[in-house]
Amino acid sequence: MFHRESGVFKTGYAADMALYPLPIARWSVAAFAGLFIVIVPLTLGEYYLSILDLILIAVVGALGLNILVGYTGQISIGHGAFMSVGAYTAANLAVHLGAPFWVTIPAGGLMAALIGTVVGIPSLRIKGIYLAIATLAAQLIIEWTINHVTWISGGVQASIQVPRPSLFGVQLKSQTQLHLFLMFFVVVAVVGTSNLVRSRIGRAFVAIRDQDIAAEIIGIDIFRYKLVAFAISSFYAGVTGVLYTYYLGIANYEQFQITVSIDYLAMVIIGGLGSVLGSILGAVFVTLLPILTRWVLEDYGWLLFSQQDLQNAIPNMRLILFGGLIIFFLVVEPEGLNRLWRNIRNYFRVWPFSY
Amino acid sequence: MKSLPRMMTAVAACVAAGLCFVGGAAAQQKEILIGGMCDRTGPTQVNGAGICPGIQDYFDLVNSKGGIEGYKIKYEEIDHEYKVPPAVEAYQREKGDGATSILVYGTPQVQALNQKLEEDKIPGTSPGFGIAASADGKRFPYLFPVAATYWSQGAAAVKFVKDRLGGDLHGKKIAYLFYDNPAGREPIPVIEDLQKAEGFELRTFAVPPPAVEMGAQVLDIAQRYKPDFVIAHLFGAGPSAAIKELKRNGYPLSKAVGLVWASGEHDIIGAGGWAVAEGYHTMSFAGVGDDYPVRQEIRAMYKAQGKEPPKAIDDTVMYNRGILWAALHVEATRNALKANGGKPPTGEEVKKGFEQIKDFSLGGLVPPLEVTATDHQGGGWVQVFQVKGGKFVKETDWFRGYPEVVAEAVKKAE
Repeated sequence: MFHRESGVFKTGYAADMALYPLPIARWSVAAFAGLFIVIVPLTLGEYYLSILDLILIAVVGALGLNILVGYTGQISIGHGAFMSVGAYTAANLAVHLGAPFWVTIPAGGLMAALIGTVVGIPSLRIKGIYLAIATLAAQLIIEWTINHVTWISGGVQASIQVPRPSLFGVQLKSQTQLHLFLMFFVVVAVVGTSNLVRSRIGRAFVAIRDQDIAAEIIGIDIFRYKLVAFAISSFYAGVTGVLYTYYLGIANYEQFQITVSIDYLAMVIIGGLGSVLGSILGAVFVTLLPILTRWVLEDYGWLLFSQQDLQNAIPNMRLILFGGLIIFFLVVEPEGLNRLWRNIRNYFRVWPFSY
Repeated sequence: MKSLPRMMTAVAACVAAGLCFVGGAAAQQKEILIGGMCDRTGPTQVNGAGICPGIQDYFDLVNSKGGIEGYKIKYEEIDHEYKVPPAVEAYQREKGDGATSILVYGTPQVQALNQKLEEDKIPGTSPGFGIAASADGKRFPYLFPVAATYWSQGAAAVKFVKDRLGGDLHGKKIAYLFYDNPAGREPIPVIEDLQKAEGFELRTFAVPPPAVEMGAQVLDIAQRYKPDFVIAHLFGAGPSAAIKELKRNGYPLSKAVGLVWASGEHDIIGAGGWAVAEGYHTMSFAGVGDDYPVRQEIRAMYKAQGKEPPKAIDDTVMYNRGILWAALHVEATRNALKANGGKPPTGEEVKKGFEQIKDFSLGGLVPPLEVTATDHQGGGWVQVFQVKGGKFVKETDWFRGYPEVVAEAVKKAE
C-alpha cells in the first residue's frame, strides 16, 4: 500500500531508464533533497550542522571505497593514503598557483586516481587478503613519501594551510555556506555512483566480483576494469581529501593515516557492501555513533559510575560501546545496515499482506 | 518475517534512547566555560592518563576556593582519540556551549583548529607540543604554546649538553634520535643552526612510527657513531624502548637526555624500572615531583571531601603538566576579569589575559613565563631532572637554551 509498484506505466525509453521510476522513490528522494539542501541549513544549529558536514564528507569517501570493495570485490586498505594525495595536490595548487576550488577538486581527484591506478596493478595478480597487504604497503609508502618529500608536504611540519574556497568572489566561511558547498559534491557523488553501477562499467565490476574467471571468459577485460575500479575509487578518495582540506582549512597527512583507512572499511562493511545506500548508512553510523554514545553517557552515565570516575569512564566506555554496537549490528544482519533497511522496505512493499 | 516487527521496535527503542538526551545548557549564573580535549584513550593515552586528571583536579581546587573572582569554572572535557574529525566536533560543541578558551590536545588537532580558533576568536593552548612557529603572536594570534615549543626544547637540550660537556662543543659528537613524523623532525632545523654556530658534529637517527623498535638505530649510535651525548625526541612507547635499547648496547644513560615527551614516569617504569634508567636525564616544562604546595592543596581538598585523590596524582610528571596547563588558563581568565571589571569574559578578553601572564610560579611548578602579544611561548623555559636513586632529582633550575636562535627560527618560519 505504501510502496505501490502497480499502475506505473512507462511510455518512453527515458522513463524506462530513470533512476527512480516509482512515485514513492521520487517523492522520498525529493523530500530528502529538500530537507538537506533547504531546511537543514536554515534550522539546524551550527554544532549539529558541523557534525552533518563531517558525515557528508565521509559519505563521499565511503561511496568510493564501496565501488572498489563492494562492487568489484578488491579489498583495499589504502583509502586514507589516496585521500592525502588528493588533499596535498589541491593544497599545493591552491597555495602555489592560487587555483580556485573547481580546479583543485578535480585535480586532486585525478592525481589520486593516477596513484590509485598504479597501486591497483598488483590486483591483476593477487586477490583477497594478499591484495589487502599490497594496498596496506601503498598506504604506508604514500604516508612516508608525503612525510619526507618537502616540496609535496610544504615543509617540516608537513601541513599546508589552505584558504577557504571562494565562489564568485564570496568566500565560503560560515557553516551554512560550507554545508551547501559539501552538499553539491555529495549529490554529484551519489547520483554518479548510482548511475555508474547501473552502467556497463558497473556490470563489469559486479561480474569481476562474483566470478572473475567467468567474466574473463565471456569477454570482459578484467585487466582494464580492475584498474578502472581502482582509479574511480581513488578519484572519490582524492575528492574526499580535498573536501576535508577545504572544510578544515589545512592539509595535514596525520589526518589520513591507517586508522582512517580502517574507519572507511568499517563504514562500508557495516553499511553494506555493494550498495549506494549502504555507503551512506555506514558513513552515518561510524561518524555519528561515537558522538551519540558520548551524549548518552554524559547524560545517563551517572547511573553507572560515580562522579569522580565518570570523566575517566566516558571515553573508555565509548570505545567499548562502539565496538559492541558494531558487533551487535553485524550479528543481527551480517550483510549490513543496507540489508536491514531492505528487510524493512520489503515488509512494507507487501503490507498489509505478508507475502 | 514474524520477528521483523519485534526487531524494528527494538531498533526504534535504541534510537529513541540515544536521541533522548538533554542538551547541555551552561547556567548563566557566574560561570565560565573552559573547553578541553584530553585523550584518555588512543595512542597518547599514557600521557593523557596523567594530564587529564591533573587539569580536572586543579579546576576543582580553584572552584573549591571560590572560583576565579567569584566565577565558577565549568570544564568540559572531550576525548578525541588523537583523530581530527572528533576534535573538530568537540571544538564545535565547546564553542557552541560558550567556551572562552580551549585546551587543544595533539599537534594535528592544533593544525586543524588553528584557522577556526582565529575565526571564532577563542584562544587555544598547546603546551609542549603544537606548531613551534605559533610562538609568534602576530601570525598566530589565537594559538598559545605557553610552554617550551619543540624548537625551544631542542635548543635547551643542546645548551644542557654543552654545560655537561664542559662548556664547549667544538669537535664533540651529538646524536639526535627521533620519531619520524613532523613533530619529531621539528627541532632539527634549530639543532642544525646550533651545529653551525657551536661547531659540533650532528647525526640524526630516524625511528619510523610507531617507534617501538629501534634496535638498529641504537646499535648504530652505540657501537658505530659513539657520540658524546644523545638527544632523544620520542613519544608514546618510544622512550622506554630507547632506554632499554641504550642500556642493552652498553651506552651510558647519563649521556642521554630526553625531550619533554620522553620524560615521563611511565617511560621509566616501562623501560624496566628506576634502576634500569639510572642516570637518564629528562626535560620538563613543568616542575616534577611532589613537594609543590599546590599538590598538597589538592590532596587536602580530596581529604576534606573524604575521598582518595585519583591514582594519577602519583605520576609526578604528567599530572603536574596538567596542573600547569589548567593554571595558565585560570590565570589568563583572571587577568581578563580584572581587565574588564568582572563581566563575563569573551574569548578576545581571555586572549589578552594570556598575553599578560607573568610572575606566576605556583610555588615553582610553573616556570618564570612571560607571555606577551608577540611571544606566545613565554620564553621557552625548561628544567632538567635526572633519574637517581629511584626518583627524579632536580639537576638544573629553570633555563632557556639559545633564545635568540629560536627567535630567529620563529621569524624565518613561513
